[in-house]
Amino acid sequence: MMSNLNLKAAPQGAPTRLPEPLLSVGGLHKRYRPQDPLAVEDVSFSLDNGEILALLGPSGCGKTTTLRMIAGFEHPDAGEVVLRGRNVTRLPPQQRRIGIVFQDYALFPHMSLGENVAFAMRHVPKAKRASKAREWLDLVGLAELAARMPDQLSGGQQQRVALARTLAAEPELVLLDEPFSNLDAALRESTRKEVRRIFKAAGTSVILVTHDQAEALSFADQVGVMHYGQLIQMDRPERIYQAPATSFVAEFLGHTNLLEGDADGEIARTALGQVAIDSHQRGPVRLSLRPEYLSLSVAPDGKGATIIEREFRGHDCFYLLEQHGQQFCAITPSHSLWRVGEQVSLEPQRTATVLRD
Amino acid sequence: MKPMRHPATPHHAPGLPRLLPRGVPLHILLPSLIAAVAMLVPLFYLGLRAFEADSATLVDLVFRPRNLQLLINTLALAAGVVALTTLMAFPLAWLVTRTDIRFKKSLTVLGVIPLAVPGYVMAYALIGLGGNYGVLAQLTGFQLPRIQGYWGATLALSLYTFPYLFLNLRAALAGLDGNLEESARSLGYSQREIFRRVTLPHLMPALMAGWLVIALYVLGDFGAVALMRYEAFSYAIYTQYSGAFDRVYAAWLALMLLALALSFVMLDSLVVKRKLARIGTGVARPMTPMPLGRARFLAWPYLMALFTASIGLPVMILAYWLLLAPPDLSFFARVPGTLLRSAGAALPAALLAAAFALPLAFLTVRYPSPFATLIERSAYIGYAIPPLALALAMVFFSLRTAPFLYQTLAMLIITWAMASLALALGPIRSALLQTRPSMEEAAHSLGHGPISTFVNVIFPRLHRGILAGVVLVFVLCMKELPITFLLAPTGYTTLAVTVFTRTSEGMLAEAAPFAAAIVVFSSLSVGLLLTKEGK
Repeated sequence: MMSNLNLKAAPQGAPTRLPEPLLSVGGLHKRYRPQDPLAVEDVSFSLDNGEILALLGPSGCGKTTTLRMIAGFEHPDAGEVVLRGRNVTRLPPQQRRIGIVFQDYALFPHMSLGENVAFAMRHVPKAKRASKAREWLDLVGLAELAARMPDQLSGGQQQRVALARTLAAEPELVLLDEPFSNLDAALRESTRKEVRRIFKAAGTSVILVTHDQAEALSFADQVGVMHYGQLIQMDRPERIYQAPATSFVAEFLGHTNLLEGDADGEIARTALGQVAIDSHQRGPVRLSLRPEYLSLSVAPDGKGATIIEREFRGHDCFYLLEQHGQQFCAITPSHSLWRVGEQVSLEPQRTATVLRD
Repeated sequence: MKPMRHPATPHHAPGLPRLLPRGVPLHILLPSLIAAVAMLVPLFYLGLRAFEADSATLVDLVFRPRNLQLLINTLALAAGVVALTTLMAFPLAWLVTRTDIRFKKSLTVLGVIPLAVPGYVMAYALIGLGGNYGVLAQLTGFQLPRIQGYWGATLALSLYTFPYLFLNLRAALAGLDGNLEESARSLGYSQREIFRRVTLPHLMPALMAGWLVIALYVLGDFGAVALMRYEAFSYAIYTQYSGAFDRVYAAWLALMLLALALSFVMLDSLVVKRKLARIGTGVARPMTPMPLGRARFLAWPYLMALFTASIGLPVMILAYWLLLAPPDLSFFARVPGTLLRSAGAALPAALLAAAFALPLAFLTVRYPSPFATLIERSAYIGYAIPPLALALAMVFFSLRTAPFLYQTLAMLIITWAMASLALALGPIRSALLQTRPSMEEAAHSLGHGPISTFVNVIFPRLHRGILAGVVLVFVLCMKELPITFLLAPTGYTTLAVTVFTRTSEGMLAEAAPFAAAIVVFSSLSVGLLLTKEGK
């Protein structure tokens, strides 16, 4: 789709790396109306140069509000946004050098693609803008369509023009507000890969807002999970998945078994028997155990868990089981299949994560 | 860099009321506030002047039996016009939407054209038709009694306002889901019952909306009522003000008229509380047109009569005075100058109204809040006040507080802008509603400030809406009579004032060139309305 992509030819090379964080956000608070709960509550994080951060959460969790405060479209009630050592909290959006790609792309319908991109180049002399605009459009593989109007493009093409326009302003940070949600499923994955490749090659720092956990895990270097206005956990994608901090994070990122247990050192007693845990604890604990960490085997005495539901998914198989009145889920490779109603023995194969709540 | 508030004190002190909304830029907030405050000025000064008299005079003024008579007269006129316009508009709307009558498009256009003939021109035409020296008597020898009084005013106002009801009804009938009536028929209801129990309830909102607009027009009209010498509130206010010079009584009459207008609006909102939502997700299906059959022998004469009266009559009278019995050529020579005077005040008023409508539209669309709604509502005050009452209030205001404005062109322009701000707001608002806020935010994030964003992004998207708003206000002011009458500087005669004074002095021939100029100009607004309708 973007085969003629040549990043070497991209105007303005990658920004040089700096030791300090590119962006640091501290203590952001936002309440829209006095009677409403806080939309964003004490959100702090920092982002390194060239890093991609995904803010992940259900709708209404405050992720878009956080993004809009960083962009300057909403004023935080408290807190600050520091970009490359510059406190931009009180600056209007046009002075922040932060680009944003909107969910609806926000292309100017009365301007051609070339004009849309040229509109971003206030720093470029007027005479050079048209040719520069073509270069940016070339980056997203649309240079030959520069004279077209936005309404003559497909959704995926509009998306790439919006991206080119944002990059053409040569921002220090790019924000993406659910940028792939308006694309159909087939286009979404390939566009995501291409966009990530463009960002990584150009060394662009990015914050992405999404409610799609698969998108966050595959696109970002860092994932921050938000819930009820708070940033609950921020870590590398694999850590977020494997070591969720709370039951909300554990469940939002995929299926999991939440177990109540009684910890004694590195081991806890649970409904599934003795389970290894990832920290030293004593007393009652709440654990998360991913379904793929459980194995199924023939129950030696015909007693154990009963399979009550089976969902064959091709590369693996998802089971719902019941044991002593409690339900569990397990995912196993699909080469050994069990039937609904069969009795199996359920065994944890890996350590469970102790949850904060 | 300004110091940051400490993150440890995250939110506002609770209970501290926020008077002005935060985040609204000053260049939007300030003009909106000015507009809202300006709208309160006439209300304040009307009240001030009304309570000037001592209590004994006050009681006498308020409980004068004449007030009751005026109220009855005004209500009778409103009722008569509402009834007559319904008789005119309903069959027409039904014919062009529900039957197989031919030339639907042309009939629709003909049904809107009468809007181009202002009430006082319609009254002029009716007056010119009858009487001793009337056109009818001159042409055929048959003498019609002079058309005047209640029936004259009712007829003049109805012939000019029925298109408002027609447009409302046409839209409602065209939007009616055909499945509703058909399911009622399948349940065994007769045509008549279906009309009463299914169709009519669905048309009620459109009927009420049309009736309200027409009733407010009747209250606000001055020209037709005065020319027909019918003692309604507006005519009485005028005679009190100009003849008897009883300003306090005039203020009281204006307040009563205002209260009447307000009660109409409230009555309407009480009745139209029930919303008729379409239930279910099915596709609304248009009706199959009803074959007219023999009924067309009734329909066509009806249509002929309607259009002859509403369009043919003013055209014929004007043509008679212009072509068959033209006034002295010097009267024609005065038309351009008068036209320029009208335009010279109407254009600044239109630009002023649009200039204030723009930030108001931004405030309500981009920064919605209870405060913004309140501000927007107040912008409609100027439109809802009967124009004569508004003009009177502005006279009081300038005499008392701003004498340097009294009898100046600036006063006229400001008052016109106040009366028509809501008119300009409509198209600008709907254009803005079609422009997504992300468009402006994108421009900001690309480094463009408010001015560059307005010039490059907002204006190209809004210019049609702004133009429509300016044209609507301009045309309204070109034919505006009562405000001009009270506020125009001495000697600043506009087209409307010329037509009115000449007609009231019986100089029908001499009024004709000016009336014709108004009709031509008003056609502009009708043309605009039709192109909007056509979409």
